[in-house]
Amino acid sequence: MAVALAAMVPVSTRAADYPDVIPGRPLRFPEDHGAHPAFRTEWWYVTGWVRTKDGRDLGIQITFFRSRPDIAVAGRSRFDPAQLLFAHAALADPRHGRLRHDQVAARAGFGLAEAATTTTDVRIDRWSLTLEGSTYRARIQAADFEMTLAFAASAPVVLQGDAGYSRKGPRPAQASYYYSRPHLTVSGSIRTGADPEAVTGSAWLDHEWSSEILDPAAVGWDWIGLNLEDGSALMAFRIRDAEGRPLWAGGSLARPDGTVRRFTEKEVQFVPGRLWTSPRTGARYPVVMRVDVPGLTVMLSPLLDDQELDSRASVGTIYWEGAVTATAEGRTVGRGYLELTGYFRKLRL
Amino acid sequence: MRLIPFLVLVAAPLRQFPGRTAIAVIAIALGVALGLAVQLVNSAAADEFGQAARRLSGAADLVVRGPQAGFDESLFAQIAKMPEVDVASPVVEVEAPIVGGEETLRIAGIDVFRAARLQPALIAEGTDPLDLLRPDTVFVGRSTLSRLGLEAGGRVRLRNGLEDVELRVAGVLAADSPAEYAALMDIAAVQSLFDRSGVITRIDVKLAPGVSRARFVAALSLPAGVTVQTEADRNESLSRMTRAYRVNLNVLALVALFTGALLVSSTQALSIARRRSQLALQRVIGFTRRQIGLQVVGEGMLLGVAGAVLGVVAGVLLARVVVSLVGADLGAGFFAGVRPEVRVDAMAVVLFAGMGMAAAVLGSLGPAWEAASEAPALALKSGDDARAFRPLRSPWPSVSVLIAGAGASTLPPVDGLPLFGYVSIAMLLLGTILLLPHLVPRLLARIPVPRSVTAALGLSRLRAYPVQAAVSLSAIVAAVSLMVAMAIMVTSFRTSLDQWLQGILPADLYVRAGDGGDTAYLSGDKQSAIAALDGVERVEFLRWQKVFVDRSAAQITLLARDEVDRDAEARLPIVGDVDRRASALPSVWVSESAAAIHGWRPGDTLALPLRGESREFLIRGLWRDYARQSGAVLIDRRHYIAATGDRLANDAGLWLTEPSRLADVRTALDALATGGLTMMTAGDVRELSLTIFDRTFVVTYALEGVAILIGLMGLSSAIGAEVLARRREFGMLRHLGVTRREIGVVLGAEGAGVAAVGLAVGAVLGFAMSLILIHVVNRQSFHWGMDLHVPWLGLAAFFAVMLIAATITAVASGRKAMGGDVVQSVREDW
Repeated sequence: MAVALAAMVPVSTRAADYPDVIPGRPLRFPEDHGAHPAFRTEWWYVTGWVRTKDGRDLGIQITFFRSRPDIAVAGRSRFDPAQLLFAHAALADPRHGRLRHDQVAARAGFGLAEAATTTTDVRIDRWSLTLEGSTYRARIQAADFEMTLAFAASAPVVLQGDAGYSRKGPRPAQASYYYSRPHLTVSGSIRTGADPEAVTGSAWLDHEWSSEILDPAAVGWDWIGLNLEDGSALMAFRIRDAEGRPLWAGGSLARPDGTVRRFTEKEVQFVPGRLWTSPRTGARYPVVMRVDVPGLTVMLSPLLDDQELDSRASVGTIYWEGAVTATAEGRTVGRGYLELTGYFRKLRL
Repeated sequence: MRLIPFLVLVAAPLRQFPGRTAIAVIAIALGVALGLAVQLVNSAAADEFGQAARRLSGAADLVVRGPQAGFDESLFAQIAKMPEVDVASPVVEVEAPIVGGEETLRIAGIDVFRAARLQPALIAEGTDPLDLLRPDTVFVGRSTLSRLGLEAGGRVRLRNGLEDVELRVAGVLAADSPAEYAALMDIAAVQSLFDRSGVITRIDVKLAPGVSRARFVAALSLPAGVTVQTEADRNESLSRMTRAYRVNLNVLALVALFTGALLVSSTQALSIARRRSQLALQRVIGFTRRQIGLQVVGEGMLLGVAGAVLGVVAGVLLARVVVSLVGADLGAGFFAGVRPEVRVDAMAVVLFAGMGMAAAVLGSLGPAWEAASEAPALALKSGDDARAFRPLRSPWPSVSVLIAGAGASTLPPVDGLPLFGYVSIAMLLLGTILLLPHLVPRLLARIPVPRSVTAALGLSRLRAYPVQAAVSLSAIVAAVSLMVAMAIMVTSFRTSLDQWLQGILPADLYVRAGDGGDTAYLSGDKQSAIAALDGVERVEFLRWQKVFVDRSAAQITLLARDEVDRDAEARLPIVGDVDRRASALPSVWVSESAAAIHGWRPGDTLALPLRGESREFLIRGLWRDYARQSGAVLIDRRHYIAATGDRLANDAGLWLTEPSRLADVRTALDALATGGLTMMTAGDVRELSLTIFDRTFVVTYALEGVAILIGLMGLSSAIGAEVLARRREFGMLRHLGVTRREIGVVLGAEGAGVAAVGLAVGAVLGFAMSLILIHVVNRQSFHWGMDLHVPWLGLAAFFAVMLIAATITAVASGRKAMGGDVVQSVREDW
């Protein structure tokens, strides 16, 4: 899941005519790896853990967003803001003490910012995420770091929800098309200082598109994507209201043999543990979290506490998006990312 | 010498002549105030422009600019993809007339995502971010909002072509809005609403780290007429535009300072004459020559300090008043729509205050030397007043200054400024003043002896002490010559402008799409409709835009008019030779200013950028153009359309079948364009132009008034002081039975005599100075010529008034000075 949708919460009057997300539409690849420009919101979301040659663990997050804004477009200018593209990149390094992150935003056009419809190929100036064969490649030139990474997929695509139709709220239209690529093998280099460092690791990609996603009562959500050491992949989310009660929840456990156990909204529990208060915004995030799904209880603890991300300049919100280790009965069972949104302000900006 | 006794010694004599002291102080204050105000107003305007650009361009290193009509937007993508470039932000600028008002709104259409990378704080917080992308919203600066009476959430209607475009004011620009870009919109919205599809006017570029401007420019192939500038280049070109005007005003300030120095000099000279015995006594009781000299200089310094303090206060106030009343360009029309804040700049204050003090000190150096070199024994024996004004031994130094001054007027400009013209004027003035002691006796000798005995007495007294008269004359000559020179120059300019307007506007009715701005136009259909109107015999259409030629930083105006090839030579106010050779190249006619700025001559080939491509034209001749100081070139509209495909027009000149149809045609035009046309007859244009001219010269007129006032006040106090010095003489006359009234006549005759000589010398000097102003200063500053026109009637009236005023002043000051018992004063010394 991604926070960008926050900025695009449905409004009553629509200048643009968005298609609904409906169940029973089979996802087709490679076309569905590409962009779906008619829909309101879309994102490609890569999170992962990598290790440097000298054994340091780093968390990485690379996200490209596409948005079709709800405005009338005259259609007489190549600058028409028909499609907007955003991207975030964040690097969690315990030695640095907080996230390094950067963002870019542009209107699509002129070959400078484009999202292809044939396969995953999104780019904004010098940032790009492309799929070639079964390998994703990301190039990020941020203000204070650079990443050139390849993500090789070996596990099958995990269709979330009902064959890719993933409900996000009580109404059937509050849904997205959603699939995940867990257990991506990472290789490449990351530069924070003068010289790039080679890294290897394991990552997770989500691709999700929708036109209407959040219930009006929702203020935010919690989400996890964990690559487990036994080769399975756990995704879980819950959507919260103003009192912190779950409005909706869901998730899945994809096993190495290709079978997927999908969880109903009643089967997923998020139980906040330790709270961390951001010194910059004062927002309080449950950076330690217990997640219960049928047959599995994991405790999540962060790589570092301060993984708060200020993206007000692009998608317009502040959230916590962090590398976490999952333990069960005191033993490390996997690693992945925890996303906590709506703790700074309601996600309707 | 202790400071306080020194100050007492220095201040006391100043208190003895409060009137004279005050005038000297005021003259210096005026010079300081004028110079400081010009400086403050201009730096405020320059700041405002610089900041406006910075507020939009933020961290940009370079700006790619093209013609006013813009260039192909694909250049943006090309530049954005260059590895040398970190950020490229495209901008399309328009200036749209506001429907139902006389104002225009300058709008910058931006891609907010790219602009924000250079300048994150463009829009006030709390606005709907989508409003930055909508096709019908505009963000307006706070000051513009209140000036136009708009409010956030309200609507504003603008003119495009002859149609209206309605926009919603979605919010206010962050902080103080940049005045140059009074409003921001989405780039796509501006392109769509104002027919600028495919076109942008500017790209703000931030280079990648370590990339130099030269490397970037080398890696880039720019279309013709597109150029790369830094903000400094742009500010420089804006500043150059107004520089000549500013320098002219600063020179006037220097003249005021010079007059102040003269007044200080004459004040001090007369004051020393009064105090000869006192100064001699000081010498006797042990003061050294050096101390006496320092004391006199100290008195001058005190005048300077007072003048400087007054001047600084007045200058700051004047700057504020001028900015709020006339605008930042002192009414010259360069910075229309800018209302900047006047900030007090410490450097400027120190500079001009220092100049004021320096003028005062310089003015008292001569008298200080006189006072110090006086032999005390001789001075204590009173009755030898005239010794204080020893004439120059030879007239040749002053004559050589005059000759050098005349020679300086033939030298070329320095960096575009007529510095030698000013030097020449200064030397003529200085030479004339130095020559006065030699001139005055000769001139006085030429005045016929009046029949009245008393008047004859006055005249003979003047003839007997011509040198003393010369001292009081310097200030009058300076003031009168300045006044005469300015009057002749302004009259010449105004008359030339008037004649030019009459020649250049042959049509019966002139029609313009919209009133100002660059978004209104006459489409091809409207042009045909206008030409087909009943009562219209013939129409000529004009298209204009601003373009870059050469690699210079300033744009010139490209005019494309119908029928130029057929009748240019007959219709244009041609200056100089015309090249009539047969040529395959189309013709271009360049304005005097354009030719002077770019060094073009008839017969040269000129490459004009038309739609991104360079087209060659043959320069046929030069024409006089008072309308566009930065230069204009005129081509036939056929060539323009062939090269650009642009068939739109801005203006039209209509010839009517008969003059009586004017009202009908106006009505028909109104109906045709639903009121979107501004219509003027040649007479209206002329009237409006002359009004603008007069407004531009309002500062000059004010200065002339002040110069006259200074001259009169100088005369008044000079005569007053002299009367004081001659109490014994008048006492003697009274003893001999001369009545008070008759003494008044003596004084009146003396005043009239001094004034007549001053006016005569001032008139001749002023005439010479006006020639330099017209043929050197104006031509070198503004690159345009003008014919000499002397306002005989006005000058005659001025001389008559001055003569009468001088006589009355002399009588009045004399009366006042004789207030005490003059008869008693005879006993004082003898």
